[in-house]
Amino acid sequence: MKTELDRRGFLKIAGASMGVGALYSVWPGIASAAGGEMARRLGSKTGEAPTPFTFAQISDTHVGFEGPLGTSAFEKAVETVNGLPQAPDLVLFTGDLTHDSEKPGERATRMSRFKEISARLKVPKVYHVPGEHDAGLDGGELFRDAFGPTHYSFDHRGVHFVALDNVSRARPEVGAEQRAWLAKDLARFDKAAPIVVFTHRPLFDLRPDWEWFTSDGDEVMNVLAPYENVTVLYGHIHREDHHTIGHTAHYAARSLIFAFPDPEQADERKPIPFDRDQPFKNLGLRIVAQTPGRVAGVETVNVKDVELSMNEFSGTEGFNQLLKSPTF
Amino acid sequence: MTRHGFLGAAGAGLSVMATLLASAGPTARAEGPRVVVITAKRFEFTPKEITLRKGETVKIQLKSEDVTHGFFLRPLGIDTEIPAGQTAEVTVTPHEVGRYRAICDHFCGAGHGGMKVTVVVEDEGPAAE
Repeated sequence: MKTELDRRGFLKIAGASMGVGALYSVWPGIASAAGGEMARRLGSKTGEAPTPFTFAQISDTHVGFEGPLGTSAFEKAVETVNGLPQAPDLVLFTGDLTHDSEKPGERATRMSRFKEISARLKVPKVYHVPGEHDAGLDGGELFRDAFGPTHYSFDHRGVHFVALDNVSRARPEVGAEQRAWLAKDLARFDKAAPIVVFTHRPLFDLRPDWEWFTSDGDEVMNVLAPYENVTVLYGHIHREDHHTIGHTAHYAARSLIFAFPDPEQADERKPIPFDRDQPFKNLGLRIVAQTPGRVAGVETVNVKDVELSMNEFSGTEGFNQLLKSPTF
Repeated sequence: MTRHGFLGAAGAGLSVMATLLASAGPTARAEGPRVVVITAKRFEFTPKEITLRKGETVKIQLKSEDVTHGFFLRPLGIDTEIPAGQTAEVTVTPHEVGRYRAICDHFCGAGHGGMKVTVVVEDEGPAAE
């Protein structure tokens, strides 16, 4: 047992039930003297010492997808975020904001529709990365017109956020140029700096024959390896997932359009059939709760599924979220 | 972490070479490795299943009939791009019997996720395309 602050426990991430995406709380270990000293030291590197805040992740809204739900779950997600007692500082969208289309002009229309809905979010800042359905056909050109760069970084309350693009090259890869950019971007940080990477595809081999991987994911993780407090948030797989590889935690958020089955159980990647009696089943979020406040020792990550349910299905209305027991 | 095969074991291919050909060679050659031709067009590969033999070196010719596609099969070490309207070639020698799934990993449109080929590696007996 260490007597000083465990660096790996420095960034505490706690999930809260929203029913529509994952809500994370950042809890710097500043309650202790050691934690306070580390916060000051990191602040001297970034110009801003870590302080508590929350942010939300919403993924795979697929605006334009011809399914039974349309944009109802997405719109409800926005309402739910807006209904939180305290608004999160940020909302991160992790790709497949829209569904692709061959019809001229339709992709732009769908991106406009996405922006129309997301503009209702009453949060200070919203960030996006593209999914292959947003950027795979045109190298991200339309996405950049609508949302700006496909990869970038920013600091927020002492946490460094990195948006990685692993879709715009059409293949599931980040590419050498972006990896070099990442290494340069991270160079100024202390090894203990809290870093949140958000991207679309998993950066590890979750199920390669379902295209649930990033071909140069290992090289990306090698760039991140020296940093001790890295959290990766992604989408793409339309289901909750948690993998810890080395000292990096990878979390997937559910979709807001349809769900894919468990890759450990299913042979084919086919959407879970729509159930009119439970139209939002398997849509929603996963909770990641990491107990904050401990100064030393290994943190325990508690994972719970939050599944949407409904009292009455009527388009955009009529479903409540229920907190279920942990399933893994 | 587990790397998933499609009903098969990983690490089956040791020798893999990818080449972009100037022109297609759709039929088997008189000498040299057996040639297997796979055609790619949105959103399917043809044929949908090929059979290889363990230890046999095979050239797989990949022909795009429209846009750029990918051909990815991790357990056999295949990861190549098929440029629009062109032919690419990979040489593979599988060393593990199994049943694998190759996919297109170059996003080509709404039906992209359904582009796959089952690759069967048999221990013995006649191989057929």
